Amino acid sequence: MISNPNMDIDNLELETRNLKPPTARLARVDARGLDYRELNRRVDELLASGAGEIEIRGVHGQRYIASRVRRPVSFRIHGTPGNDLAAFSDGVRLEVFGDAQDGVGNTMNSGEIIIHGRAGDIVGMGMRGGRIFIRDEVGYRTAIHMKEYGEQRPVIVIGVMGQDFLGEYMAGGVVVILNLPPRNPKSFSRPPAFIGTGIHGGKIFFRGKLEPYQTGKEVGFDRPDEKEMEFLSGIIRDYSNYFGLNLAQVVPDDFIKLYPKHLRPYGRLYAY
Amino acid sequence: MKSYLPPEFIVERREDRCIRCLTCVRQCGFETHVYDAEENSLLSREELCVGCLRCVTLCPTRALTVRTNPSESRPNANWTREHLRDVCRQAESGGVILTGSGNDKPIRSYWDHLFLNASQVTNPSIDPLREPMELRTYLGRKPDALEPGEGRARESECPNVRIETPLLFSAMSFGAISLQAMQSLARAASEYGTLFNTGEGGLPAELVDYGKVAIVQCASGRFGVNWEYLNNSAIVEIKIGQGAKPGIGGHLPGEKVLAKVAETRMIPVGTDALSPAPQHDIYSIEDLSMLIYALKEATSYRKPISVKIAAVHNAAAIASGMVRAGADMIVIDGIRGGTGAAPKLIRDHVGIPIELALAAVDTRLREEGIRNWASLVAAGGFRSAADVIKAIALGADAVYLGTAALVAMGCTICQKCYTGICNWGICTNRPELAKRLNPDVAARRLVKLLRGWSLDIKEILGGMGVNAIESLRGNRLQLRGVGLEEWELRVLGVKGAGE
Amino acid sequence: MKNLRSLNNPYRDDKVFEGCAIFALLNQAGRNVSGEPVFRAISNMRNRGNGLGGGFAVYGIYPEYAEHYALQVMFDDPLAREEVESYLKGRFEVADEEEVPTRKTQAVIHPPQVFRYFLKPRAGWMDDVTEDERVIRAVMDINIGIKDAFVFSSGKNMGVFKGVGHPETIAEYFRLDEYRGYLWTAHSRFPTNSRAWWGGAHPFSILDWTVIHNGEISSYGINRRYLEMHGYACTLETDTEVLAYIVDLLARRQRLPMSLVTKIMAPPLWEEIERMKEPERSELIKLRQIYSSLLVNGPFACVIAHHGEMIGLNDRIRLRPMTAGIGGENLYISSEEASIRLVCPELDEFWSPQGGDPIVGRVKPESPEIFEPARPEVSDEDRAGLKAGGRV
Repeated sequence: MISNPNMDIDNLELETRNLKPPTARLARVDARGLDYRELNRRVDELLASGAGEIEIRGVHGQRYIASRVRRPVSFRIHGTPGNDLAAFSDGVRLEVFGDAQDGVGNTMNSGEIIIHGRAGDIVGMGMRGGRIFIRDEVGYRTAIHMKEYGEQRPVIVIGVMGQDFLGEYMAGGVVVILNLPPRNPKSFSRPPAFIGTGIHGGKIFFRGKLEPYQTGKEVGFDRPDEKEMEFLSGIIRDYSNYFGLNLAQVVPDDFIKLYPKHLRPYGRLYAY
Repeated sequence: MKSYLPPEFIVERREDRCIRCLTCVRQCGFETHVYDAEENSLLSREELCVGCLRCVTLCPTRALTVRTNPSESRPNANWTREHLRDVCRQAESGGVILTGSGNDKPIRSYWDHLFLNASQVTNPSIDPLREPMELRTYLGRKPDALEPGEGRARESECPNVRIETPLLFSAMSFGAISLQAMQSLARAASEYGTLFNTGEGGLPAELVDYGKVAIVQCASGRFGVNWEYLNNSAIVEIKIGQGAKPGIGGHLPGEKVLAKVAETRMIPVGTDALSPAPQHDIYSIEDLSMLIYALKEATSYRKPISVKIAAVHNAAAIASGMVRAGADMIVIDGIRGGTGAAPKLIRDHVGIPIELALAAVDTRLREEGIRNWASLVAAGGFRSAADVIKAIALGADAVYLGTAALVAMGCTICQKCYTGICNWGICTNRPELAKRLNPDVAARRLVKLLRGWSLDIKEILGGMGVNAIESLRGNRLQLRGVGLEEWELRVLGVKGAGE
Repeated sequence: MKNLRSLNNPYRDDKVFEGCAIFALLNQAGRNVSGEPVFRAISNMRNRGNGLGGGFAVYGIYPEYAEHYALQVMFDDPLAREEVESYLKGRFEVADEEEVPTRKTQAVIHPPQVFRYFLKPRAGWMDDVTEDERVIRAVMDINIGIKDAFVFSSGKNMGVFKGVGHPETIAEYFRLDEYRGYLWTAHSRFPTNSRAWWGGAHPFSILDWTVIHNGEISSYGINRRYLEMHGYACTLETDTEVLAYIVDLLARRQRLPMSLVTKIMAPPLWEEIERMKEPERSELIKLRQIYSSLLVNGPFACVIAHHGEMIGLNDRIRLRPMTAGIGGENLYISSEEASIRLVCPELDEFWSPQGGDPIVGRVKPESPEIFEPARPEVSDEDRAGLKAGGRV
């Protein structure tokens, strides 16, 4: 079954790691020159043959990686994965060593994505569960229409900041923005605006201050309560651990909470 | 503020027939009828009446009549009664006027200007009651040609779905309609060998067994969309637009998001379910391609991917791009398409009639040589099998029935779907109203409708001397126009009668 | 009269509808470089195109004729060539002419013949207007008047190469691997219709201004009518053509700086303007008042280039992706980051600008290999335009 030299299940190097499942077999794929269909088909084959951890090197824009994987498989991706990374995914743990493009975690159901870099537009669009950690900045319309349901409560953590329309239409879940210095200030030539426009569920925690004009008119401001402070401490800890950073200066006290003023932002728009 | 709006309807109760059984009081969800026990009298608060005729239909002694309020202000052909009412409503509310159902304006119905052909002398008509008459249709991309070897592999990437009649039930989401209504549609589709459409509100847990006859929608709100939902389906449909409200999103008000609806949409109870106007991962044709292939990847290339748009000015160019972007089925929904809720202005003024859009799209796909790459489904106000047959002759593979299916279940098109109150138990999720719709009865009525219309189609096919629906599909020689302008005939691609 | 509309827009749609990928490379030191990274980068975004159009603009490729206009012309018929040549020779000094070298490429179907002419207007022909205006007139005359001929490139020391096919196919066909330029832009097209025509691919150009574009300009109808009022014939019915003319009108004819041109095309929202300090606030209000019909609305990301400068611009609410990176001397603009990183894994800088915030790349002034394009003298027509448009 394994005939391509780009792909080897490294039986000699069966590593026992602290990832789930505990005795995951590591498989490696070299993505150079593969189109996304071929790459994703190889991932399927590796999973079918029992791989529990997949390392993909040389990724250069291939789309939909891990989007039909529905097991707690670990992916380590080196390079720049293409759009719709882990779209519709359910339960994978995926680490990207590099930047990601648009549509990370589109309509994601559960799992965890960690990006050691930045991400493009519409991160976590329509996301329903799981967590996404992005070390640096993100593009437009982060968490657009993110929602929650029952036990499923998605979390997006952004190291720097998102561009305009962050949390537009947001219907649930949590976005945490650490507001660390941007990797490149050119991505923020003006303060991001329209944060939480149309928000009707969920919360956004932002470290620092926002001018009123930067947020949508549906947004209310508050201080995080004690439980939320605790949650933020956990998030800061996880972020520091994931990215190997010492963030002594980032404390839950510095965060403000943005929340929807109404569950029904457009209730008064209509004549019945 | 006192409303200046006069009642739209007058309720007349024949006292000689009324037996004070109070059926009307119980049946009206709008609380039009009030019983005064002291006086043993019944009053009608006519300003609340929507003209749905539930009370009239169920009154055991036929004591009730509801009719349009005959009071008229000075007649004015420009300032119609409707314009006056609307100005009044907006002056009193400051909001956008909502409505339900399809466009009720007298837009030219091209179906009524197209006439069908029949065999005389030179070829025999076929008697469909005794001879075989095939309506079976396959939905999905077809390869350009059968290629031995390599071609077989390509074919496997062209999943097709079989339907036994070219009639599909339109997208109506759970939340907009009741579980009972959706269940009736699912059962009828399953029984008759066709498909229903979940709309964008997810597939209720009670109906997971009907996945194989479900077209599941992936719309801008992504409600209820996950791997299971996508894979438990016949077809996955990307909803870009809807004929009743091209260019705008949906909005299921929080009060309709009850526990069951919330569970199916996977959102908390009581929150507004907002569907953004665009899908925010689709801002361009190459983005559509991206979502089509995201869904193909997520369903391992096992499901046809449909894309539904509203009929708009450049529908032909857009449709061509959709097919090139990888759509296996395209749906065009015309300006008369129905809705659970839409701003009235948009419903009545945005978009174009399905007849013209359908003809233009089919023509364009043929000129481009790609008609085989996708099935073409027409939607938007099909009132009879005659409309359906004409649509198929213009080029549709199948049609979506929405309003007709609702009417079969009891709907009287009162256009109050957006209120969450439906005395017929169809477009509501109030348990006491929804339970009025008995899925056993409603499914039976739907099956009968499918059967009746299918028989109609067979009769006409037989009359034309063909015994398979594919001989009619896109066969515009079977149509002639009457009372149409030159440009209309050109767009429709049909000759004038007698030509 | 030739109907270019029917060539490019055979179904008479409101305009040509398309999507795409864009990529651009500017060597900021002005050094001519190989296009190999550009070919690799654009072909890495194959999923964004559909093989019905690819094209490149390359600057700095004809140093031996740097002072001559390089007209590149497609011919579907040898007779058309005779007609074009006789037209040109009557009005221009033709310093050199040749068939643009091509390579047999399997995927290229029915290519037109492509010739190039290095020329300068003759004295005595339309002396009352600038050389640029005379060249534009010749381009319009040929494109509209001569059947089966189409001028698709007309700048000095630069060339557009485009056709039907994936961009890498077009590059191979035109042997672009043999050219070296300091500025490359590349486009991969996804038209909704297949009646693709070689001239309909991007980049679109006028003189040395070129535009590649991704998206759909929803305001096309009014942008076009405004330009028509200023004498531009939108013969191709594409929104990209409109972008090229907007830049020509504002930057060349009305001589507005690019910083204002981009603000006219993608102005800040009124809300943002209201928050600005004077005099910026009043300036922007004036710009929006005067040039309201040139607000480019709807999703777009484009790269506008001319000698020495490359501008990446997207719409006010960034509905199309655009990313930028700097690695060494090179500035890159791309629809997708992966393409930049593919050709330059170690970037010094990477960013993704906010909507309406231009990416400005300029060749550093001390660069030796670039000639400074002379500012055209202001013609009467231009003056009229300036007066009508009003300098802000």
